[in-house]
Amino acid sequence: MPADPAATPDRVQAPFGRRLCEVAETRPSGGYRIFTLIDPEGPAPAPGQFFMLAAAPDWAREGGRPYLPRAISHARFTRHPGSGQRLDFLIDEVGPGTSRLAEMKPGDQCWVAGPFGGRFSLPRKLNPQAAGAILVGGGIGIAPMAVLRRELVDRGIPSRSLLGFRDQAHSGGVEELFGCEETRLAFEDGSSGHKGYVTDLLLQLLEGDDSASAAVYSCGPPAMLEAVRRICLEREVPVELALESPMACGYGACFGCAVPKADGGYLRLCIDGPVVRGDEIATAMAGEPAVD
Amino acid sequence: MTESAKAAEPLPVMDLSTGICGIPLSGPVLNGSGTFDALAARRVFGDALIEDFPFDCYVSKTITMNPRPGNPPYRLWETPSGMINSIGLPGPGLDGFLENDLGALAEIGVPLIVSVMADSAEDFATLVERVAARDEVAGIELNVSCPNVHSGLIVGEQPAETEALMKALRPLTGKPLIVKLTPNVANPQEVAVAAEAGGADSVSMINTIKAAAIDPASSRTWLGAGAGGLSGPAVRPIALAQVRAVSSAVGIPVVGMGGISDAESALEFILAGAEVIAVGTENFRNPRAGAAVTEGLPLALRRRGFGSLAEARAATIG
Repeated sequence: MPADPAATPDRVQAPFGRRLCEVAETRPSGGYRIFTLIDPEGPAPAPGQFFMLAAAPDWAREGGRPYLPRAISHARFTRHPGSGQRLDFLIDEVGPGTSRLAEMKPGDQCWVAGPFGGRFSLPRKLNPQAAGAILVGGGIGIAPMAVLRRELVDRGIPSRSLLGFRDQAHSGGVEELFGCEETRLAFEDGSSGHKGYVTDLLLQLLEGDDSASAAVYSCGPPAMLEAVRRICLEREVPVELALESPMACGYGACFGCAVPKADGGYLRLCIDGPVVRGDEIATAMAGEPAVD
Repeated sequence: MTESAKAAEPLPVMDLSTGICGIPLSGPVLNGSGTFDALAARRVFGDALIEDFPFDCYVSKTITMNPRPGNPPYRLWETPSGMINSIGLPGPGLDGFLENDLGALAEIGVPLIVSVMADSAEDFATLVERVAARDEVAGIELNVSCPNVHSGLIVGEQPAETEALMKALRPLTGKPLIVKLTPNVANPQEVAVAAEAGGADSVSMINTIKAAAIDPASSRTWLGAGAGGLSGPAVRPIALAQVRAVSSAVGIPVVGMGGISDAESALEFILAGAEVIAVGTENFRNPRAGAAVTEGLPLALRRRGFGSLAEARAATIG
């Protein structure tokens, strides 16, 4: 991997079209579901990128939904020489699309397009003084944080992970994806770790003396992202957020995923994001969770 | 012949080359305006997009006089077998399009049709003149689903307004002018006949159907603009009925679209009287949807006993 952060391309290019991938494995995890796809053709995706997924066949069922594919960030990828790669996805069933994906069984087929969107910057690119990275994840938003953490570990860049959850029933993937000592947990219901919001943990960290050398990355519900964004902007801490928005295509065709920019107008989250700098957008709350 | 031998039979080879308004095309598959951003797609997929471009003719998103930011979010809502959008025509405006986008679009290598919209005949004239003057442009599609600033009426909903606009624009260029018809009228054939009388070379149809989405969880309209347009397979039967009505009422060719998702549904539009077809919302589900239609058409035609597109057109259900 290139040592110079500036030499890291901002995205991995997707093969043109969509492809059928087989479901290798699926299992429950802390109220969520993790499923694994075998992707023989696709390139290794970068942290922050996402895929458009649709179970096949039988995507549009009785009632005619789901109709559009769903934009989901991978939670982990593993290269297997000769057989392509395994992509793990973390799913919270919140509507017909995610329910259909969560229903898939080993041997089923899934339409995959991507990887789409741009990646998280490396800490030194985000903040030349960065000593490491602070990752703030909430709910299923821990998925891209897990991919970023894995890359930082591989590159020898220190990171600390702060993960927040509503309750145990919305905390899938933690042990599997973040089994490390540099992780702190917050549960709103107090069932484990800090009782309260993950942003409490972020404030504690930033109130130490290392705010000038911080680089913050975050993915989670819009309200959490907006809180993280404001905390960082107020302290002039560089922050990148992976956002979510209603999205039909993932590759710039539908213009559906508009997010208001700080300087007016909109960006297209699928190609201009999904990773955005905190000061680039007017709010992280223009959208509610898109994936249903 | 055994079943397995049949299955191994190669797909039929068929020459699908055709044309619209004198523009020669390698096949009958266009994209619906605003459903495929070729420049964004090239950024995402690289040169593979150009080598395997999914359409025989590319229709740009609608260009307006001035840059537009588009509508506030949310802009999309999934419906049974379709979706509602209220995108609001975001774009760089005429100058930005001509300076920055048109040259890059010409690199695709298929004929280009540029879609334009204005709220007055004067601005429409400027758009048509300046776009038609460019060698890269093979034809112009007129998006008339917009109120006329003088009358307050949606041009495409009024036969008289449509005819008057066409008469004003017709002398400005010899290049094909295609009127994009709205389905939000009782009798689209009246508007189509008026467009033909005013000098249109073709009509394309259907645009999206007016629609709204209510979010029961929040008891509010979901879309930022309040309402939008329905597209996808949900609208296909309506589109087929309108294509059939219009194609039998006018002598100019019809570009048929509305929920086409594969070669079979494309053939339905040919049989309804369309000369060529366009793929729209399906592009969102499958970036290669246009190519998939093209690849499936020879078999779809052969299965129904047609040796060519022309034979299918001749079988149009009147």
